[in-house]
Amino acid sequence: MARLTTWLPCLLLAVCMPALAAVEVRYFDDPVLEARYAELIAVLRCPKCQNQAIDASASPIAGDMRDRVYQLLQQGQSDQQILDYMVQRFGDYVLYNPRLEGRTLLLWGLPVALVLLSGLLVFMLVRARRHVAARGLSETERARLDSLVKGSSPDAAGTSRESTLDSSRGKDS
Amino acid sequence: MKRRLLLSLPLLGFVVLSALLYRGLAMDPATRESAMLGEPFPDFELTTLADADRRVDASLLQGEVTLVNVWGEWCPTCKQEMPQLQALAERGIRLVGVDYKDSRAKGRAFLEEFGDPFAVNIFDPEGRLGFDLGVYGAPETFLVDADGIIRYHHTGYIAPHEVTDVILPEVTRWRD
Repeated sequence: MARLTTWLPCLLLAVCMPALAAVEVRYFDDPVLEARYAELIAVLRCPKCQNQAIDASASPIAGDMRDRVYQLLQQGQSDQQILDYMVQRFGDYVLYNPRLEGRTLLLWGLPVALVLLSGLLVFMLVRARRHVAARGLSETERARLDSLVKGSSPDAAGTSRESTLDSSRGKDS
Repeated sequence: MKRRLLLSLPLLGFVVLSALLYRGLAMDPATRESAMLGEPFPDFELTTLADADRRVDASLLQGEVTLVNVWGEWCPTCKQEMPQLQALAERGIRLVGVDYKDSRAKGRAFLEEFGDPFAVNIFDPEGRLGFDLGVYGAPETFLVDADGIIRYHHTGYIAPHEVTDVILPEVTRWRD
């Protein structure tokens, strides 16, 4: 047991080491700046990787981008300026949240359009169904219903006799 | 009939969206276009690989259609690309190299071993120019026109057949 407590932390540390090595630790005097840094490197995508933010990538270019974000923050640039700076060099690909502009209108508009469209569809279906229910029966339909009820009544009486509940309901009507 | 059509609308939408997303999955993000197309070559002030005292800037790329190749001694594909760059230089195309994130000694040794098709090599040890060009791996090649505007970008290795199929037509196109 004592042995386990010795080697287990070592093993865990060894497993975690590569993850720690991927991203360097930075020190900020200002906690607000630190929070902005953490947020920016989480929304910037590594241009070399398939799908990874620069805060998690060990790729050299991701490291360079983190350096640059840090420098630009220290220079007092706004979040938007920093994002623009990266897009200017690496394209829209680096933004995990694409900007709302002409080209991305479909991307942003499609979910809204789909919700509206399905809402309309449900509304139309419900209305169509309600229309059928409210219309009532025509003369011929009523006559056919009567004949059906009469035709099946001896049989219905036969089954209802078996339970007192059914027969009492029969008396009421 | 109208009702059935209406009911099949969500399914239709789902099929279209699935096809679109499936296509997106198969797309290679490395083939996307550079954000620098149509932009002037970024400003820089660096030394050349050959001469630590010679300073060069973006005016180096004015006046003639130039291929700017970003390479490094550490990059294995760059070695395989050198014969193609030699072939382009032999056809009278001006090549400028950017020795990216390299040491001077290693960069020079590379050129000695694999040949030097470049008119000049810009020495960029910290990758600052590379960053401004949006380079995220080497080799990458940019075609810069006589006015210093980036007109074409080639990500990765120029294959032997691409010399005549892709690069030469682009150079001719921007020379006129």
